[in-house]
Formats: sequence, structure tokens, C-alpha cells
Amino acid sequence: MRVHFKTGYDHDIRLFPDAREALRYAALLAVAIALPVLLDDFLLGEATNVLIWAIAGMGLMLLTGHAGQPSLGHAAFLAAGCYANAILMDRFGLPFLASFALAGILTGLIGVLIAIPALRLHGIYLAIATLALSILTEDIVVLAEPWTGGVAGMTAPPISIAGVEVDRLASPDLFYWLCLAVAVLVTLGYRNILRAPLGRAFVSIRDSEISAQAMGVDPARTKAAAFGLSCMTTGWAGALMGHFFFTFNHEVFTVVISIQLLLMIVIGGLGSIHGAYYGAAVVGIVPQAINLARDAVAGALGGGAVAIPGLETGIFGLILIVFILFEPLGIHGRLVKWRLYFELFPFYRRDMFRRQRSYLKTERLR
Amino acid sequence: MTLLEVRDATVRFGGLTALEGVSCAVERGEIFAIVGPNGAGKSTLFNLISRFYQPASGDVRFEGESILARSPSDIAALGIARTFQNIELFERSTVLQNLLIGRHTRRRASLPSQIVFAPSVRREEIAHRGAVERIIDFLDLQPHREQTIAGLPYGVRKVVEIGRALAIEPRLILLDEPASGLSVEETGDMRFWIDDIRTRLGVTVLMVEHNMSLVSAVSDRVMVLAEGRVIALGTPAEVRTDRRVVEAYLGSETPAR
Amino acid sequence: MENLQLAVSGLANGCIYGLIALGFVLIYKATEQVNFAQGDLMMLGAFIALALGNDSHIGAPFWVACAGAVLAMAALGWSLERVVLRPILGQPQIAAMILTIALGFVLRFVAGAIWGHDPLALETPIAGANFSLGGLILGADEIAAIVVTLLLTGLLFAFFSRTRLGVAMQASSQNQLAAYYMGIPVKRVHGLTWALAGATAAVAGILFASKGSIDPGTGFLGIKAFAAAVIGGFGSLPGALAGGLIVGLIEPFASRYISAGYAQIAPYAVMILVLVVRPHGIFAQVSAKKV
Repeated sequence: MRVHFKTGYDHDIRLFPDAREALRYAALLAVAIALPVLLDDFLLGEATNVLIWAIAGMGLMLLTGHAGQPSLGHAAFLAAGCYANAILMDRFGLPFLASFALAGILTGLIGVLIAIPALRLHGIYLAIATLALSILTEDIVVLAEPWTGGVAGMTAPPISIAGVEVDRLASPDLFYWLCLAVAVLVTLGYRNILRAPLGRAFVSIRDSEISAQAMGVDPARTKAAAFGLSCMTTGWAGALMGHFFFTFNHEVFTVVISIQLLLMIVIGGLGSIHGAYYGAAVVGIVPQAINLARDAVAGALGGGAVAIPGLETGIFGLILIVFILFEPLGIHGRLVKWRLYFELFPFYRRDMFRRQRSYLKTERLR
Repeated sequence: MTLLEVRDATVRFGGLTALEGVSCAVERGEIFAIVGPNGAGKSTLFNLISRFYQPASGDVRFEGESILARSPSDIAALGIARTFQNIELFERSTVLQNLLIGRHTRRRASLPSQIVFAPSVRREEIAHRGAVERIIDFLDLQPHREQTIAGLPYGVRKVVEIGRALAIEPRLILLDEPASGLSVEETGDMRFWIDDIRTRLGVTVLMVEHNMSLVSAVSDRVMVLAEGRVIALGTPAEVRTDRRVVEAYLGSETPAR
Repeated sequence: MENLQLAVSGLANGCIYGLIALGFVLIYKATEQVNFAQGDLMMLGAFIALALGNDSHIGAPFWVACAGAVLAMAALGWSLERVVLRPILGQPQIAAMILTIALGFVLRFVAGAIWGHDPLALETPIAGANFSLGGLILGADEIAAIVVTLLLTGLLFAFFSRTRLGVAMQASSQNQLAAYYMGIPVKRVHGLTWALAGATAAVAGILFASKGSIDPGTGFLGIKAFAAAVIGGFGSLPGALAGGLIVGLIEPFASRYISAGYAQIAPYAVMILVLVVRPHGIFAQVSAKKV
């Protein structure tokens, strides 16, 4: 195990504890930038998809993982970002960078507006209210047909940044880099918030609202900030998703997407930025793995491949049950344990992460 | 000079009257203890001062101004910090992070500057860290700085909670049973800390405590509550010999141990 | 007359929502976990009754099939609690919430794999029977839904207020630790609650399937029942039924008097309204958490 010899308070505040850690992330970034050279167009598309999901995941992670407010309705904000961006480009003729930034900010504002009545709700009530929001989204998109194209849907306008055309199909590498840039910027902003007072306020609201109040943290304002930032990020992911799908209508951002987003960050590991990326990777890999397995089985049995509806979500659900029962800290938690195991070898003990068995602490206000 | 004044406060929960016409005044720089049997309304009084409960009648004044219109999260900024009877720390965070939350009311950075982590935010964070380190030194918490609360022994958690309250740099600190569940040695340490909080940090202390030897040793004045009413108020020696106090405690606890 | 007709069909639907909502409330009251898979349990109950009773499958007599489905779902509920939910007892509500959502995914997949994704109809002795009452046409299925729901709610209410076990279940919901100390077998109580919720889901499923057809996606009806439970207040059995009836009534009237598109939205809009005005439902009693 490495021992950090700290020589100043800044040591705990800066982004990376030491040069080795910084190098590791620099290498990761270099590989990510070089990916278009390494992968074919199909796999690059998958990588782009994973990045977009990761951005959306970070949005929800901030709200649920750090501020402790569960949302089953984040597909609504994906939709808001997606449509806002497309409408701003299409109807108002804004260039992509402006419409993209504005789409996120607008979605963030919508998030704050929705947060105001939602602030009174706790735990499951909040989850259910956001679930209802997600259900309503579909109908709202249909009802707002003059703007959204309703059932017929919309087509994402072409992106042009400083005269360079960025198209998902014609120039997949450029689109990938665009998504990567957004993902890196969002990750940086997220990290910065976590090491600033606001990040601590989020965690305090999550862990003990009463205690946080006694420390001077205003729960309403803090939750509203969490909603705003979370929805802004999710809105950006939605805008990118619109360009990724190229065409979209009311059936794209359904409740199932909302639920999948929440399940994704739980599998990845609640309460860590890494978790959003791991969860997104699972969402990207599972369907491919199922396809491969199905082809293999079909090949072995000599029959044609049959599509089994619901298989993907079924397997996804199964993975999730296994995680909640055996590794509630998600993939990130598992990796941290393994890392510690090797660093402490042979002194690692299983009980190091054992949680105290607790009796139900009532969360009901009754 | 009066720092905190409770005037004729009555708190009711449905039909139950938890506090009835309680008045007291805490002077600047004193250690003021509240004792009384279980259910006497001690914690209710604390929750009234930290604005979690609303009184049916009466007033609470801090530095001469009524704080009844304030919300619970405004209280810390006024300079009133508190601990909880059942320790309400942020379990999954480290001691350091818990103490830093206490600095929340002192933050200046705007939201955009926090997102980009501007140099001013870094300077501010370093200053907060310095303030917190002074508290860590004051309470001898150095060995636990990086440990998460969930793994700490009970006695240390109690101290961390006091540290977190001190990080607010309050003028008044409310300690809810600081010695409950502590060993004899830890109670001894607590006694010196409470004394130091007043003399070295200049913070006025209002505490609820059952341990009468601790109360007698540190407090300047003691108020005895029973069934929501004040039955005695005076120096520890005066209160201990008060006839009504002895009656209130008979059969349950003996105040003079 | 038209309004009365709308009201009757709304009430019949509302009863089924109410029954699913009852399942939510049962589990919530006893374990403080929210079972997002309740709608899928209902769907599964209907499929089991169908597999036992329909001539194309096993072809057992209808009442035998019903009893079989109720027993099977009770057993499934009990074992779900035992295997899946008990290990996470005491963890935050969100863990159970996510777990049961995942469970719903799995149940839906299992049902789809066994019975396929085409809508199937349950063969019942009352199918197609109608009564005419002064111009009002009452379907036997609608009457059955209303009568059975009222009976079941009454039974459950009596169980919770009159029997020792029912009172024990209430006690364990209010303070688990204290219930342990008082010698109430809290774990067994939880298992029983889930069994009860499973059985209720089976009844709801049979009633629903006899009114129309079912497919694995029917479980999504659970979300609407959620709205019902929230409107009624999550901690109250009569509230759940009332919430179900409200949702059932809103739908046909919104569809008739506003526009068909709004029938889908109206229950959720009402729910959000209720949450904003009374965050804990119409029938909830609220007091502050003790510090």
C-alpha cells in the first residue's frame, strides 16, 4: 500500500493524489482519444453510445448517488434536452454549440421548476412522482406536436462546429470525439463540485437531513441545486442522444429508459463517478453479449436465431438482483475491494467492508 | 449579559404538553446545564431552540432578537451549533469531511466558480481545512482524521460530533447528553473539553446531561425540568439540595451521587 | 344514464387498481419496502389461473384453477420475501425499490418465455353474461370485480384489526425492534405479508383477465395502481381502495369529457396534484419524525 506523505492541505484538495494516479488517467484518456483508430465503425458507435449513457448516468448519479434523491423519471429530462436542442437548431437557427449549451441549461431550469414541488417529497414518494413525470412525457411530446412533430417525430439537424460537419454516420470519429469532450468536461465539473462545499452539502443531505440542517445546510436550496445540475447534465446527454439516433419520436424516451438509467447507476456503484461509467459499459455490453450468446446457441443447435422479447431487460434485472444482494456497492465497490486486497496482500480481511446489521430505521414520517 | 433567552415557552404535541411556560436565560460565557428525569422536556427544549419544533406560545431570543421566524438551517449561521442525543453524523464520510460540513455557513464561492474550481475556491478550501485542523488538534482527533464514521468507536463519534459543531465557530453550543454512553475515562476527558470550549474558545455552552458529577464539576448554573416545567434553577450546589428536585428524582434517580 | 354506465365500468376497473394498490400497501405497512413488482405479480397470477383453467392448457375446473393460482402466488410471494428481500432488510428503501423493479423485469421475461407475448383470454363461467337494470347494462365480470374486491378488503381489514396475528403485523410495521423485543416473529410476519400480497395479486389478476385479455406487459398496470396507492396514502388499506376507485373513475370521464388522449394522463396528473397538496396522500396522518 502506498503511503502519501502529505506536505500541504492542497494534497487532499487536488484532483489526483499523486503523479502515478494522474498518469493512469492520462493514459486512459489517451486510449479513449485513440479509440477511432483502434475500432471499426460499428464498435465505435457502441463506444459513443456508452459515452452518452455515461453522461446521462453522471446526471442521475449526482442526484441519486450523491444527493440521495431517487428519480425514476430522468428519461423526461433526456427528452427535454433532446427536443430543446433540435428545436433551437431547427426553428431558431442556432449553431450547434449554442443550442447544445442552451438545451442543457433549459433542461436544468425545468429540473429546478419541477424540484420546487418535489422538495416536499421524500424517498419513494419522490421516486413515484418522477415516475409519473416520465409517463407523462410521452403524452406531452404527442400533445406538443407543432413543436415536437408528435408521433411522426423529428430529425436531428446536421451539426457544424467551426465549419466542420460532424455527422454520426458520415464522420463517426468526429461525433465520438464530440461526445468524449462533453463526457470529460462533465466529469471534471462533477469532480470539482464534489470537492467543493456544494458536494459536501449534497452528501450531508443524503446521509442525514436533520443533521445537515443543524449544520446550516438549507435542504430545499441544496436539493434544487442537485436537481438543476443533474437535469442539465442529463439534458446534454439527451441532446447528444438525439444526434446519435438521428430520428426520434415520443416512443424513444419511455419509462423503461428512466428505470434502466437508475438500474444502471446502481449496478455501476451508487455514489461514485466511476459507477456511472461502469454502469454505462454494462448497458452497452449486455445486448451485444446476448446477441453473441444467442448466435452461438443457435449455431450449436443448428436452428436460426430467434428474437426473444424481454430477454435483455430480463437478464439486466437478474444482474441487478445479484448485485443488490451480493455487492450493494456495485461494480465500483467490487473493484475498490479487489484493489485493496492486492495492496494489502496478505492482510486483507473479509470483514473490512462488512456492514453492521441494522434494524429497520423508519423513514416514514408518521 | 444574556445570550439566549427562552420566554414562557410552551410546546404541545397533540394533547401532550412537552414544555409548559419554560423561561430561562443563558448568560454569555457560562456553562448552563439542564437536568431532569426522562421525558421532562429537555430534548424538546433543544429542538425548540434549533427550530425543529414550533412553540404553541412564548418566544426564543438569541442576542436580543427573536429566532422564531428562522428555519432550522438558518440557526447555524446565527452562531448556534448543536449535537444530537443519538449522534447524527454522516456515517459514510470521513471525520475530516464531517468536520468540513461544519464550515458550510462560512462558504463564499458561487456555483459557477465551484464547477470550474476557480483559484478562489481552492484558497477558500485551504482556509476551511486549516480551521478544521485546529479543531482536530483541539480535540485530539489526529489518529482518526481519514477514518469513516461507521468504523469509529462510540466515544470517538461523540467527540467528532462536538468537533463538527465547533467547526461552525458558534457563539453558543448545545450539547445533548455529551457524556451518555461514555466510559469513566472518556467522561473525564469530556469534562475538560467542555471546560476548554468555554475558556479557550470562548463559546457559551448549554447542555443536557444526566451525569450529575459531570454537571456539578463544569456547570455554572443548572436548570431542573420535570414534566415540562422548571422546578429549580441555580448553582449545582443549590439545586442539589432543593426539596422539589429531590422529590422529582425519588424512585428513579438520585441527583447527588 | 350514460354517466352512470361510465361510472360502473370505472368502478369495476378501479376495484382492480385498488386490489393491486392494496398489495403495495400491505407490504409497505409491514416491511416499509415498496414492491414495484406488484403489477407483475398480478400478471403472473392471471397467467397461472389461465394455464390451470383454460381448455387449451390443463383444463381444470375454473374454481380449482382460481384456488390454485391464489395458492401458487401466495407461495411465490412467501419465497420471494425469503430469498430475495430478506437479505436486504434494514437497507435504505431505495435498495428494495430497485430490487423489486428488477424482479418485475425478470417476472415479465419469465411469463413471456412461457406463455408468449400475444394477448390471451381467461375462460370464465361468467364471460359475456350481462344484466340489464333499467337501461343500465352491467357485465357479470364488472359485478364480480366489485363484489370480490369489497369482500377481500373487508376480510383484510377485519384481519388487521381483529386477529392477534394482524395486530402483530401492524405492530412490527410501526417499530421493528420493539416488535422483536415483544416476541413477535418479525421475519415470519414479513413472509406472511408477502404471501398475502401474492394472493391478493392473484385475485386481482383473475378479475382483470376475466374482463379482457392479458399479456406479459399487463404488469405495467401496476404503475397506474401506484398512482392509486399514492392518491389514497401509502399507509392506509381503505385509502388504497379509495385511491383505486378514484383512478378508475377518472379514466372513463376524462376520456369522455376531455379527450381520449387525456385518459392516460389524468390519473398521474391527479396524483402529482395530490402529492403537491398533500405529500403523504389524502388519507394519511402525518406527524414529524423524532430527533
